[in-house]
Amino acid sequence: MLHFLASRLLSALLVIFGVSTVVFLLIHIVPGDPVEVMLGEASQAADREALRHALGLDLPLWTQLMNYYGHLLQFDLGTSLQSKRPIGDMMLEALPATAQLALAGMVVAMLVAFPLGILAAVRKDTPLDSGAMAFSMLGISIPHFWMGPLLILFFSLWLGWLPVSGRDDWASLVLPALTLGTGLAAILSRMVRASLLEVLGEDFVRTARAKGLSESRVVLRHALRNALLPVITVLGLQLGTLLGGAVITEIVFSWPGVGQMTIDAINRRDYPVVQACVLLISLSYVGINTLTDLVYAWLDPRIRLAEDS
Amino acid sequence: MRIWGPTAIVVVWLLMAVLGPWLPLAPNHIELEHILAGPGSGALLGFDDLGRSLWDRVVVGAQFSFFVSLLVVSISLSAGTLIGASSAYLGGWVDHVIVRIIDIFLAFPGILLAIALAGLLGPGLSNIVIALSIVGWVGFARLARAQVLSLRHREHVQAAQMLGAGPLRIIVRHLLPLIMAPLIVEATFAIAGIVIAEAGLSFLGLGIQPPTPSWGSMIRDGSRYMLVSPHMVLVPGIALILVVLAVNLLGDRLRDRMDIRLRERK
Repeated sequence: MLHFLASRLLSALLVIFGVSTVVFLLIHIVPGDPVEVMLGEASQAADREALRHALGLDLPLWTQLMNYYGHLLQFDLGTSLQSKRPIGDMMLEALPATAQLALAGMVVAMLVAFPLGILAAVRKDTPLDSGAMAFSMLGISIPHFWMGPLLILFFSLWLGWLPVSGRDDWASLVLPALTLGTGLAAILSRMVRASLLEVLGEDFVRTARAKGLSESRVVLRHALRNALLPVITVLGLQLGTLLGGAVITEIVFSWPGVGQMTIDAINRRDYPVVQACVLLISLSYVGINTLTDLVYAWLDPRIRLAEDS
Repeated sequence: MRIWGPTAIVVVWLLMAVLGPWLPLAPNHIELEHILAGPGSGALLGFDDLGRSLWDRVVVGAQFSFFVSLLVVSISLSAGTLIGASSAYLGGWVDHVIVRIIDIFLAFPGILLAIALAGLLGPGLSNIVIALSIVGWVGFARLARAQVLSLRHREHVQAAQMLGAGPLRIIVRHLLPLIMAPLIVEATFAIAGIVIAEAGLSFLGLGIQPPTPSWGSMIRDGSRYMLVSPHMVLVPGIALILVVLAVNLLGDRLRDRMDIRLRERK
């Protein structure tokens, strides 16, 4: 297990290093002079030089990269060009909102996907199964930026049950969480179904049935637990889609999270903030995925043993 | 039988895109008296907040979604396949480096890297294609690599090696034909993904700039007038979902047809 842990952490570190480097390079893909783009064409030459110096863009690329790593190691994300505040502080304000949204979306996805996937698997090849799978296909195909407005139209404007946007109380969380959760629920329910169908054909399920256990006990206690393993991996991998979707969902609902901050920063050409946001979201994703890997290995001894040998 | 519906939708989408330039369309023509008018009032699908015909705008939007997804998928498919297949075939340190690069690109969640790239590169058709292709090649590279890894010690490859064929020739002539099936299925799903991604970037204002219509920016404009004229959100959204749904369904059928799961289990 120790060997497995070390190899996973090492590869996570390598990825973190690579992701940071790509994010560093982002500012250098801005066409033309990034400083001119940030300040506008009418800016004074002296202002430009000042900003260039402040961002360290007048230094050789290699020195810039080293400074960047140095600052990152001290958790120093720089200062916003727009608000002149430390980006780290802004991030700490926006992060809870995004974490809350992502978590709520995840909960919605699981609440929908498990019953749906289990029902579809147990009632395979019935109208219930094809209905559930049709729903899931629809869920995969509806983008967040259409689902969101549609939910607002229905629940906020027509029925008047829930707020249109913002982050005030729990009611304002419902629609964004539904928007974010549906797509994931669709993918997850297919996964639950496929994985459960595979397990239901195993010998130990037949044994459980032969023992005279009730069907619900066979499915929920014996089959589902074994079917969960591949589902957990998918859940971890899909978190990336969830975090990416959160950016768009936050815009639709004016949710004051990191996604909103990213898009605002892009529109204001506040590139250091853009870099910091992309870095933070990606690193959380890497962290969660590494954690999923470890949980997976902890749950399934076959994996850590295979890697150890 | 179930394949006809999706096929018809994709054909209509294709026709809109290809024939669009020759149709008598006026996506930017303003009729002030029809501002926000619903479907049926002088135009098939109604008018938007500036009094422009939604039908004309949806058809022109179809062109962008079609050509962007076609371009991005072609670029991603060829670059990704070549990189992934070479990586697996050559092995050694080349493979190590490429696997690390793939891991790094996969570490950026979903559309986030495309948003950042499109935002920094600035708006415009070519920048969207660049941004989406930079994100898109990775999936194909990973798939092609996995496929070639399982094939590269086959006898026909060894025979070609002994006959003195170079790596490029072996990859292109002896390996690519064998790994095309799963790649084509992946490409079909990628088309659906890119249609959504392009509309997503336009929704965020990072895609094709006004007044040129894109389904994504039409949805964004429409969401401001939802209470008065919901058709502004519904029309481009339904067009988008029909296309994505149709392409996804075709991808599903194609996957069943090619039976990739059975092949993978071997």
